[in-house]
Amino acid sequence: MTTLIRSIAVGAALFAAGAVMLGRAQAGSDEYFPPVSDPLTRQECGSCHMAFPAGLLPARSWQKMMGELDNHFGEDASVDAATAKQITTYLVAHAADTARGDMRRWLRGVSASAAPQRITELPKWVREHREVSPGDWTRKEVASKANCVACHVDAERGYFEDD
Amino acid sequence: MLTLIRMALLSAMALATTAQATPRDEVLAGYATQARADDAAFAGFSAARGEALHRERHSGGKPDSPSCTSCHGDNTRAAGRTPVGKAIDPVAVSAAPTRYTDAAKVEKWFRRNCREVLGRECSAREKGDWLTYMITQ
Ligand code: HEC
Ligand code: HEC
Ligand code: HEC
Repeated sequence: MTTLIRSIAVGAALFAAGAVMLGRAQAGSDEYFPPVSDPLTRQECGSCHMAFPAGLLPARSWQKMMGELDNHFGEDASVDAATAKQITTYLVAHAADTARGDMRRWLRGVSASAAPQRITELPKWVREHREVSPGDWTRKEVASKANCVACHVDAERGYFEDD
Repeated sequence: MLTLIRMALLSAMALATTAQATPRDEVLAGYATQARADDAAFAGFSAARGEALHRERHSGGKPDSPSCTSCHGDNTRAAGRTPVGKAIDPVAVSAAPTRYTDAAKVEKWFRRNCREVLGRECSAREKGDWLTYMITQ
């Protein structure tokens, strides 16, 4: 009987937590970036690093990047034309400046003519990480600033809040 | 009775052929055909040559990834790691049984990774050697 009560209580707590997360997600806050929902994009853009949520860059950035995949930060990330087209369509439709909700705050300080290629060079990203101690970047499991998952354990689920 | 025996034989044969032609075998057979076309003296793949290709430090490619082991790790049965820090599933077939069954995927990564490590594409023989090594691992 106590087990039953306990599991009901746990279930209710989980439900409440889920509702809170959902609420936060819908608010489109700075900390929540919907994870990539297109399986092809997840697969092709998620093998060398996490599949970065499309809401982390504006549409023009994705368009530029998708046109230069054969030299992607010094690596060859090229895919066939049909695949590239599908991925571009997905990323553009979910970009920071096209997505529903208030994602534009994320682009504060980015000029409308610029197509930044690095999330980690956006003024907002730099500001949010101002207080991260230098030693944290050189930790062995971090390897790169682009390895969000090393510090944000829930990044694959879209959460980047303080941890 | 005869029909029964014939049927049993037929289904046994069908089973044997499906057991033979796994998608991975087909990927390997494709490289064998190409290797023979490249060099008439081709006499089969070698796991030993594959291991050498996998472990040696090469020049010609990117300085920070001189070897396949730079990302795939020294232990073929353990996870590797990309330069960005993401884990890569093991490359040994014994540890990753679903690998090397999609020809397009295999070809895409050989193209990327050989350029990265060797500064050129791998030959069909090199690809077959490497796969043969991983199949024995
Ligand atoms: C072959 C490996 C590989 C593949 C495949 C790949 N990337 Fe990358 N990506 C990299 C590397 C390497 C970097 C640079 C990371 C660093 O500086 O540490 C990078 C960086 C990035 C960055 C910038 C990260 C930052 O520093 O802010 C974005 C955005 C990005 N990739 C998106 C994509 C997209 C979209 C795809 C799919 C079309 C993709 N990547 C596929 C290797 C890859
Ligand atoms: C070395 C660890 C580390 C890495 C790697 C890292 N972050 Fe962070 N990030 C932090 C810390 C710590 C904070 C909280 C800073 C604070 O509260 O002042 C933070 C804050 C953030 C925030 C703001 C969250 C909030 O509470 O408002 C976002 C968004 C974010 N990071 C995204 C990213 C993305 C995207 C990546 C990968 C491209 C990344 N981070 C990589 C450590 C890291
Ligand atoms: C810069 C990092 C890196 C290097 C160096 C590297 N690989 Fe890879 N390799 C990867 C990544 C990332 C994947 C895709 C992730 C996965 O399949 O789990 C991959 C996948 C593969 C695949 C496809 C596996 C499959 O399941 O179909 C083959 C084949 C392969 N690598 C061969 C090689 C060979 C041969 C070398 C050396 C000449 C090499 N790799 C060096 C990162 C690397």
